[in-house]
Amino acid sequence: MLLDPQFLVIQVLNGLQLSALLFLLAVGLSVVFGLMNFINLAHGTLYMLGAYFAVAVAGAFDSFWAALVLAPLGVAVVGAVAHVTLFRRLQSAGPMKQVLVTFGLIFVGFDVVRIVWGRLPHTVPTPETLAGSVQILGETYPTYRLFIIGVGLAVLVALHLGLDRTRLGAVVRAGVDDRTMVAALGINVELVFFAVFCLGCWLAGLAGVVAAPVFSVFPGMDMSVLILALIVVVLGGPGSLWGAALGALVIGMADTFGQVMFPAFASVTIYALMAAILLFKPGGLVPVRPSH
Amino acid sequence: MKTTTLRGLGRVAAAGLLGALTALPASAASPIKVGLLLPSSGVFAGLGKDQDISFQMALEDFGDEVGGRKIVLVRADTESKPNSGLAAAKKLILRDRADVLVGVISSGVLGAVRDYVDGAKVPLIVTNAGNDDITGEKCSPWILRSSFSNDQIVREMGPWMARAGYKRVFLMAFDYAGGHQLMDSFRKGFVAAGGEIAGEEYPPLGETKDFGPYLAKLKAAEPDAAFVFFAGGPAIKFVKEYAAFGLKDTVKLAGPGWLTSALYVGKQGADAEGTLSILNYVPSIDSAENKGFQERFRAKHGRDASEFGVAAYDAARLVIEALQATGGATDDRQALVAAMHRVQFNGPRGPFRIDPATNNVIQNIYISEVEKIGDTYGAVVKEVRPNVQDAPNGCSKPF
Repeated sequence: MLLDPQFLVIQVLNGLQLSALLFLLAVGLSVVFGLMNFINLAHGTLYMLGAYFAVAVAGAFDSFWAALVLAPLGVAVVGAVAHVTLFRRLQSAGPMKQVLVTFGLIFVGFDVVRIVWGRLPHTVPTPETLAGSVQILGETYPTYRLFIIGVGLAVLVALHLGLDRTRLGAVVRAGVDDRTMVAALGINVELVFFAVFCLGCWLAGLAGVVAAPVFSVFPGMDMSVLILALIVVVLGGPGSLWGAALGALVIGMADTFGQVMFPAFASVTIYALMAAILLFKPGGLVPVRPSH
Repeated sequence: MKTTTLRGLGRVAAAGLLGALTALPASAASPIKVGLLLPSSGVFAGLGKDQDISFQMALEDFGDEVGGRKIVLVRADTESKPNSGLAAAKKLILRDRADVLVGVISSGVLGAVRDYVDGAKVPLIVTNAGNDDITGEKCSPWILRSSFSNDQIVREMGPWMARAGYKRVFLMAFDYAGGHQLMDSFRKGFVAAGGEIAGEEYPPLGETKDFGPYLAKLKAAEPDAAFVFFAGGPAIKFVKEYAAFGLKDTVKLAGPGWLTSALYVGKQGADAEGTLSILNYVPSIDSAENKGFQERFRAKHGRDASEFGVAAYDAARLVIEALQATGGATDDRQALVAAMHRVQFNGPRGPFRIDPATNNVIQNIYISEVEKIGDTYGAVVKEVRPNVQDAPNGCSKPF
C-alpha cells in the first residue's frame, strides 16, 4: 500500500494540504508566543470564527472570493478588540491566568457560534473556478485542494520576505530575541506586538475561510486543529517562521498517513512523533533562542 | 349532626360535579397525549424538525380526534444524546403522562431509552433509529418501529450488486455500531452472492476532518464499486469529494439512500448523479398515495418530503388507526399495541404494517439511481423488493 505510486501521490498532496492549513494556523500562534510569551488557546476559536464568517459572507454575497477578503478581516477585528479589552491586561499576569482566560474564551466562542448559527454543520460551496479537478502525475486531484497548498506557500514566502527584508520584520526578530533591549532603543514594542497579534488573527481567520469548503463548519471544529497547531508550535520551536512551516509539514504528513495506515494508532502517531523529536531537539526543530 | 350536614353537602357537591362532567361535550374528555421524543438540538435537530412537521400533517390528514378525545402533542428534546434522551423519555412518561411515545432519531438514544420504556410499559413507535437488536435480541413488546431496521434496508443490495456485475466492492462508514451493522449486512449478502470485498475503512465518527486520505486508499484499491454509509453534512461532503477526486466516473458509488437523501440531493447536484441507493422510500415512487402526499407536503412546506418525514407520517397514521380501533381508549395499553398490530394501509412508501413477530415494519425496499429530474436531481426507482421483513430472530416478547 505504501509503495503504490497512485496512493502515494494523492496522499502526499493531501498531506501538503493539511500542512498548509496547519501552517496558517500555527504561524500566528507561534510568533505571538515567541514574541510576547503569550499563550492564546483561543487561537482555534479565531479559526472557527473565520469559517463561520465565511459561511455568512459567502451566503450574503454568493461569492467565495468576497468571503476570502472580508472574513479574515472580520476575525482580525475580533482579535484586535479582544487584545485591547482582555489580552493586554494579561500580558504581565503570568501563563496560568492567560491559559485560564483564553481557555474560557474557547467555550464562549463555542456557545456564540452555536447560538448564532446553530449546531448543524454548515458548508461553504467551493468557488466555481476551482470546483473541478486537475491531472497531476496521472492522478485526478481536486483543484481547490491545490489552491490551499498554494495559499500556504504564498503566505510562507510573504512572511519570510516581510520578516527578512522589512524594518518591521527586523523589529519583530529583535523583539523575539530580546524584548527589553528593543524597548530600550525607543521602539514602541507594544504597538509592534499589537500589529503582529492582529496579523496572527488574520491568518487564523484566513485558515478558517480556506478550510471551510473542504471541512464541515460546526461548533467545536476548532478543538481538533487547535491541538494539532499547538503541537506544530512546540515541535517547530516557538517564535520561528520556518519552525512553524517545518512542524506543520511533519504533523500534516504524519496525520494524513497515520489515519489510514495505522488507524488503530491514528491519534498516537502524532504524539509519539512529537515526543521523539523533542527528546532529541528540546527547543524544537528550528529553535529561535538557545535553550537555557 | 354537624358531620351529617357536611356529608350531605359533600354529596350534593359530588352529584353536581358528576352532572357537570356528563353534561360537558365529549371533546372535553381527557385528551390523548402523544409524546414526541425528538431532538430539537444536537446533530439530528434538522431531522427531528422534519419528523415533527410530518407528524402534525398526518394529524390534519387523518383527524386529531378519536372517540371524542383530542390527540395532543407533548414534546421533549433528546438533544440527539443518549443521557438527555433518557431524561426526555422520563419527562414525557412521568410528568406529561404520555399515552404513546413517538420518535427517536439516533440509535444511541434508542439504546438508552429501551429498558426504561420497556419497564414503564408505554408503547413507543420508533420513527428512525435502525438498531437491529431493538426488533431482534433486545426486542420489547412495547417498542414498535415504523421506520426500518438496518439489516432490512441493505440486505438486498449485496446480491443485487453482485448480479449487476460489481465484483469487487470497497466499504466505508463511520466507526460506530450503526455503520458496522450496515456494512456487515451488505457484506453478508454480497460475499454469499460471489462478490469480493476490495477493502474497508471506518473513519472515526464526528472527528473526521477530511475524507481525502480515505478516498486515496479507496482509489488505490481499484474496486468496481464503493458501498458507503454517510448521512447529513458528511454525506453532502463525501459525495462532492468523491467526484472531485475523479472517482465518480471510475468507481460506481452506492449506499443506503441517506447518502443522497431527498433532504440534500439538490445540494449535491451533478456530483450525485449515477449514485445507486437502497432505501424504504424515495419521493419519486409512482403511486397515487405518494403523489397526493408529496403534493400536500409541497404545498405546505415548499419542498419534497423525505424518508424521515414519511416514517413519522406513517407512525401518526398507525397511532390514529389503532386508536380508532379501540374507540379512543388508551387505558388498556396491551389492547392498544394489539390494535397497532392489526393496522394495515397503503402509505406513501407502499403497503405498511407492523410484523407482530418482531414489531418491525414490513415494507417495500427500493433500489434506485440518482438522475436528473427536470432542473434538479433525485433518486429514480430501478427495482422494488416488495414486503421485506426482518428474518424471525428468536425474539420472544410476552407483555
